[in-house]
Amino acid sequence: MSITCRKYYYGDIPDNNAGGNISPEKNKLSGNDWPLWEVFIRSKQGLDHKHAGSLHATNAQMAIENARDVYTRRMEGVSIWVVESKHIHASNPEEAGSLYDPANDKVYRYPAFYDLPDELKHM
Amino acid sequence: MDDFEKNFQGKIDAEIKIEPKDWMPEKYRQTLIRQISQHAHSEIVGMLPEGNWITRAPSLKRKAILLAKVQDEAGHGLYLYAAAETLGTTREEMIDQLHSGQAKYSSIFNYPTLTWADIGAIGWLVDGAAIMNQVMLTRTSYGPYARAMVRICKEESFHQRQGFDILLTLSQGPDAQKNMCRDAINRWWWPSLMMFGPKDSDSTHSDQSMKWKIKRMGNDELRQKFVDMIAEQVKVLGMNLPDPDLKWNEEKNHYDFGEINWQEFWNVVKGNGPCNKQRLDARKKAWEQGAWVREAALAHANKVKLQTHKGTLEAA
Repeated sequence: MSITCRKYYYGDIPDNNAGGNISPEKNKLSGNDWPLWEVFIRSKQGLDHKHAGSLHATNAQMAIENARDVYTRRMEGVSIWVVESKHIHASNPEEAGSLYDPANDKVYRYPAFYDLPDELKHM
Repeated sequence: MDDFEKNFQGKIDAEIKIEPKDWMPEKYRQTLIRQISQHAHSEIVGMLPEGNWITRAPSLKRKAILLAKVQDEAGHGLYLYAAAETLGTTREEMIDQLHSGQAKYSSIFNYPTLTWADIGAIGWLVDGAAIMNQVMLTRTSYGPYARAMVRICKEESFHQRQGFDILLTLSQGPDAQKNMCRDAINRWWWPSLMMFGPKDSDSTHSDQSMKWKIKRMGNDELRQKFVDMIAEQVKVLGMNLPDPDLKWNEEKNHYDFGEINWQEFWNVVKGNGPCNKQRLDARKKAWEQGAWVREAALAHANKVKLQTHKGTLEAA
């Protein structure tokens, strides 16, 4: 038996001709996907809403209902926020250096910076 | 290697996750889109063989459980599609690639589910094999993919247990049920081993995917772990795996097992498995027949938006 095998990245799924090529003729698609929403879930009262993932929906009501089905099938949440992804503004990771730089040289913001006498308790 | 790429590989080596807005090599992006979208397709197509038994589950309890499991698979597909979309592809594009045959899904779902015992075997063996890959992928280098995997793995262990529970019940039943159980294990064992893909030794090119830590273990290593696990678990069922060469190897501290029928593997990958056509047809039909729902929902949302807008104008 002479078979040449090619390694696949994920199990038995061929990776040579299969999906994910952002092709020039991509625009032949209609662009009819429903808008994308980001989902934030409060796992229990007293905690912050935390990003859970995203999904497609035509409006906020549908986004919340889909979020319930997709992200809270096992009581993972008591409250859901949804916001259309296009409304999220994010900092640029390439500018992280200069953006956070001012925080870097102020060690006196940390309690461990202060060398206090041992007699001082509970401070 | 330019500075960007050096910096990128430096992060990977330091186990720092890559996030959507970070710089990444184009090939990394493409590899991930390919892998994640195909993984997503597998979850979605994977609902078909199991859906086949929802209406015929032997009890209300089993039916409710199977419904919940199939719903989970839909959820897993959605987590994964969403993760892929963070890389700049669209849902529509991915679905289009599945339907055109350009993108593949795991070949295991091209096998038929002939009896109820197959639902047990799928949960125990197929989900069991998938978990091996997925647990590894919780540590993959791309943040959104890793996070989707954590969520999936949490839910997946219920799947494997419910499968084993089905087989355990059958294995303790009358002869007819025992035979059903044995037959399902016999049919699903080898295809499950094929899920891990070709042997590492048959790879001709260096594995960039390992270097980028998208994948973190070889196919052989994962497959061996799976065999070691299942060879023990099958004893609890009082059944055997259909492999005369399966034997504990004291020296290696692993089970030895027989040669996989690679001819069959390639056949199914190439589209000649028992159900390839049926699965793809079912997906296309669902997509086409659902088109009016997608369009109507969008039209309705736009109408409501317009009305609200008009209302605001009149009030002003």
